[in-house]
Amino acid sequence: MAQRGIREYHGKRMLARHLDSFIKQGIGYDGRIVLVDSETDWKQLAKDNPWLAKEKLVAKPDQLFGKRGKHGLVLVNKSFAETRKWVEERLGKKQVVNGIEGTLTHFIIEPCVKHEAEYYAAIKSGAECDYIYFSLEGGINVEENWDKVVTIKVPVLGGIEAVANEVDAVMPAELGNNKALVANFLRGLYRYFAAMHFAYLEINPFAIAGKSIIPLDMVAKLDDTAEFICYDMWGSDIEFPAAFGQHLSPEETKIRELDALSGASLKLTLLNPDGIIWNMVAGGGASVIYADTVCDLGYAKELAMYGEYSGNPSASLTYEYARIVLDLMTRKPDPKKRPKTLILGGGIANFTDVAKTFTGIIKALNEFGDKLKKVKARIFVRRGGPNYQEGLANLKAAAEKLGVPIEVHGPEYHMTRVVSDALKS
Amino acid sequence: MSRPDYLLFDRNTIALIYGLQTKAVQRMLDFDYCCRRDIPSVGAMIDPGKSGAEKMFWGKKEIFIPVYPDIKSALQANPAIDVFINFASFRSAYDTTLEALTFDQMRTVVVIAEGIPERQARHLRAVSQQHGKVIIGPATVGGIVAGAFKVANTGGTIECIIDSKLHRPGSVGFVSKSGGMSNEAYNIIALNTDGLYEGIAIGGDAYAGSTLLEHLMRFEANPAIKMLVCLGEVGGEEEWSIVEAVKSKKITKPLVMWVTGTSIKYMPKGIQFGHAGAKADASRETAEAKNAGLREVGVVVPESFDDYDKAIKSTYKKLVAKGVIKPAADVEPPVIPMDYAEAVARNLVRKPTSFTCTISDDSKDELLYAGHKISKVIGENYTVGETIGLLWFKERLPLWAANFMEIVLKLCADHGPAVSGAHNTIVTARAGRDLMSSVAAGMLTIGPRFGGAVAGAALMFKEAADHGQTPQQFISVMKKKNIKIQGIGHRIKSLKNPDQRVELLKEYARKHFPKTSLLDYALEVEQLTTAKKDTLILNVDGTIGVLSVDMMQGLGWDETRIQSVVDSGGLNGLFLLGRTIGMIGHYMDQNRQKATLYRHPWDDILYDLPEAE
Repeated sequence: MAQRGIREYHGKRMLARHLDSFIKQGIGYDGRIVLVDSETDWKQLAKDNPWLAKEKLVAKPDQLFGKRGKHGLVLVNKSFAETRKWVEERLGKKQVVNGIEGTLTHFIIEPCVKHEAEYYAAIKSGAECDYIYFSLEGGINVEENWDKVVTIKVPVLGGIEAVANEVDAVMPAELGNNKALVANFLRGLYRYFAAMHFAYLEINPFAIAGKSIIPLDMVAKLDDTAEFICYDMWGSDIEFPAAFGQHLSPEETKIRELDALSGASLKLTLLNPDGIIWNMVAGGGASVIYADTVCDLGYAKELAMYGEYSGNPSASLTYEYARIVLDLMTRKPDPKKRPKTLILGGGIANFTDVAKTFTGIIKALNEFGDKLKKVKARIFVRRGGPNYQEGLANLKAAAEKLGVPIEVHGPEYHMTRVVSDALKS
Repeated sequence: MSRPDYLLFDRNTIALIYGLQTKAVQRMLDFDYCCRRDIPSVGAMIDPGKSGAEKMFWGKKEIFIPVYPDIKSALQANPAIDVFINFASFRSAYDTTLEALTFDQMRTVVVIAEGIPERQARHLRAVSQQHGKVIIGPATVGGIVAGAFKVANTGGTIECIIDSKLHRPGSVGFVSKSGGMSNEAYNIIALNTDGLYEGIAIGGDAYAGSTLLEHLMRFEANPAIKMLVCLGEVGGEEEWSIVEAVKSKKITKPLVMWVTGTSIKYMPKGIQFGHAGAKADASRETAEAKNAGLREVGVVVPESFDDYDKAIKSTYKKLVAKGVIKPAADVEPPVIPMDYAEAVARNLVRKPTSFTCTISDDSKDELLYAGHKISKVIGENYTVGETIGLLWFKERLPLWAANFMEIVLKLCADHGPAVSGAHNTIVTARAGRDLMSSVAAGMLTIGPRFGGAVAGAALMFKEAADHGQTPQQFISVMKKKNIKIQGIGHRIKSLKNPDQRVELLKEYARKHFPKTSLLDYALEVEQLTTAKKDTLILNVDGTIGVLSVDMMQGLGWDETRIQSVVDSGGLNGLFLLGRTIGMIGHYMDQNRQKATLYRHPWDDILYDLPEAE
């Protein structure tokens, strides 16, 4: 994987734990925040966090989606009891956010900070340099006021020290006495961003209270490949939640489990279980191209799934994967009585023994023989690589024995031509 | 050897491999051989902290590839190396790449590892640019210059390489992110043009060490490349820089390109395709936008990947028609002998075996003793005697026989420190030698005079009984031949002062053996011998020997089988195995005492030399 979003809760806790070690004067953010879900023991929560009872509070969902205010999902300046009631009323409820329906499962609660100005700070990594953004006009209107955002480019080799003075220079005059405070904060935030291997960090807005800087809202993405460096700093409770509204079917969950358990790569995303085109493709790059080709030829609506198996999976793992695909595909016939098409695609394998991986598919085909006939299945195969001839011949013989129509092709046939063959016929 | 900047690899390129990647190296050497290169493309390997050499094949011949402990020593010894192929893991690839970039002789670094943090990958690119060097990767299979040089595992098996005509140069330059798809692309290029000249996979990460455009620019500068083929990907801005380069005429050679990921708009939000970089956040980064942008500036962009081959073919044909390309001739590559292991796997060869084993098998899922699974041996609680039966006689013995052997082991386990076996073990242990040496020193004393008369006794008594000799005839024959009957005689024991061990054995056998005919015969012999001298008793070796024969007969074995056991001398194993227990004990005993070197006292030796001159 790579850049992955984290919860605001974890982002703020990390900030409170580590930011001050990157800034001389410190910014004094105390990290008072709690994360609640349906399992939360509210009494224990109040006991562990006495400030909850003393302060007026803010609450909002923490599930990697923005524009929470616009959806009426931010509670401001309420007592603990009121906040608890409000959160409990919403936990587990369905909610449509930005056109996607999902379930509200996680909320954060923080002290309500009285403030006037709302500032914007963000850091983004790019190929040639990193970008620090700052604006006096933070909050929900920052995008409309993008011309007021100042940008500092941080070079890859020199880092923040190479542009330290520039940060002071671009601080708007309106900051007055707080110019040095904010400049120091931005420099420290950048060092923190780099050391913690963030890919994106946005604090919008943040407020200034005396010599302290309080982040009010935060969005952050970490580069998860840096886990081996940052494990301790990120904290053992760090998690990378799925996107809001991403609901996994039991089959998708099963494939994820198989994927996590093996060194090979197995992926499955159900797009339309009633679709008639089922792509089971070897290889990450090839699987995308097969999906593309189905869509480019005008059959996007009929594409049942996106899937991939690669990284030299064993015959038994391939069998497990194929079973799940065939099961989904044969649950019911097409209402319009059209045949269902299984495309066993793939490019030319480097070193994977094609005949060996195909034995797993053949085993699954044999198991689903009658069911395949009931949905009028047809199979189109294209694959190359070590022992592909033997693999193709075995597959062909197996399907013919079952009475399932099959076409097999090797590397002499253009990789995606089986897709156009299948769609035309 | 200076090469133009546009050429990273040619027929003389020599690489240093970080990691003991013998498979990848062998694939490079096989490719070299197919291309009829004069010298291997691998100069050395690095195995951190170790040095030596690895044996590799060059065609049929074996050659050595040196192994160095670090980059510096490898480069000092091999000044011609200018490519570093880094197989270090994602944890250490950053440090090793950074180090390699600091050496002047290095021009190109290929980083294979997947999962290098983005910040590190980006820093590596910046450092490489500072030093005027090129990084390919991370997360790549590498690249290839047809007929000249191949990075590591690029191109797959040698059969696949030859099918895609990669053993000789064609006219097409290809670059993609995906390494997996590059194999496919080389195949498409081989089917639709005169073949590949150079192909590079820059790797699927968000921040690659070198970009698609940078490689296209090299191809543009290379006069041998007439046509460019590229496979882009959804996500990122890279393809737009290609649009700019074509627009501003920095790229003038015909370019066929397709950006994959057109289906992403039909996928649920946030889906991650195979590659870390393949994620479209902005509309400019979608595959459609990029394909349209490329098409607009005159790049040949098919309607879908399904027409990619046709687009390549028609572009190539136009170049041939214009005379820009004179199609490269096909070349027959030399045959690479198949590896023996692969030939075996494919059932293509057979050879007679040099050894045969009929007692145990470790080549299956579970260890077998004479067909009995080890889990059964343990699960059913086989006795030591039964286990010996499996390995010595290939069958699970009935308990009366198995117990007999255990009794023998117990009786023979030790006989005090003074006997020659224990004595030698003790002296050796005290000389500071290890367990194996000390016990072996003791074992080497076992023979006809000490402990090793079991087999001899069995042989002699059995032969006499088999030939129907009376005990008297047997003794006379042996006397005439002047052969001492093995298993008869003891230093101190006699009929009046019997050896307790012999009595125990006789008692057991009489009670449990179906018959004891050879023992009875031997005891008749003993009656006669002790009449002459009362210490000429049937001793413990003799008793074990004759009872072993009685045991085998009692088991109902046929005569040939029994005789072969007796002839083999294997029955001495009972004493040898038993006594090893005691000798190990003596070794431990001496060590426990921290006993020092033993020196035999002078006054215990008679020095009887000729008079000194």
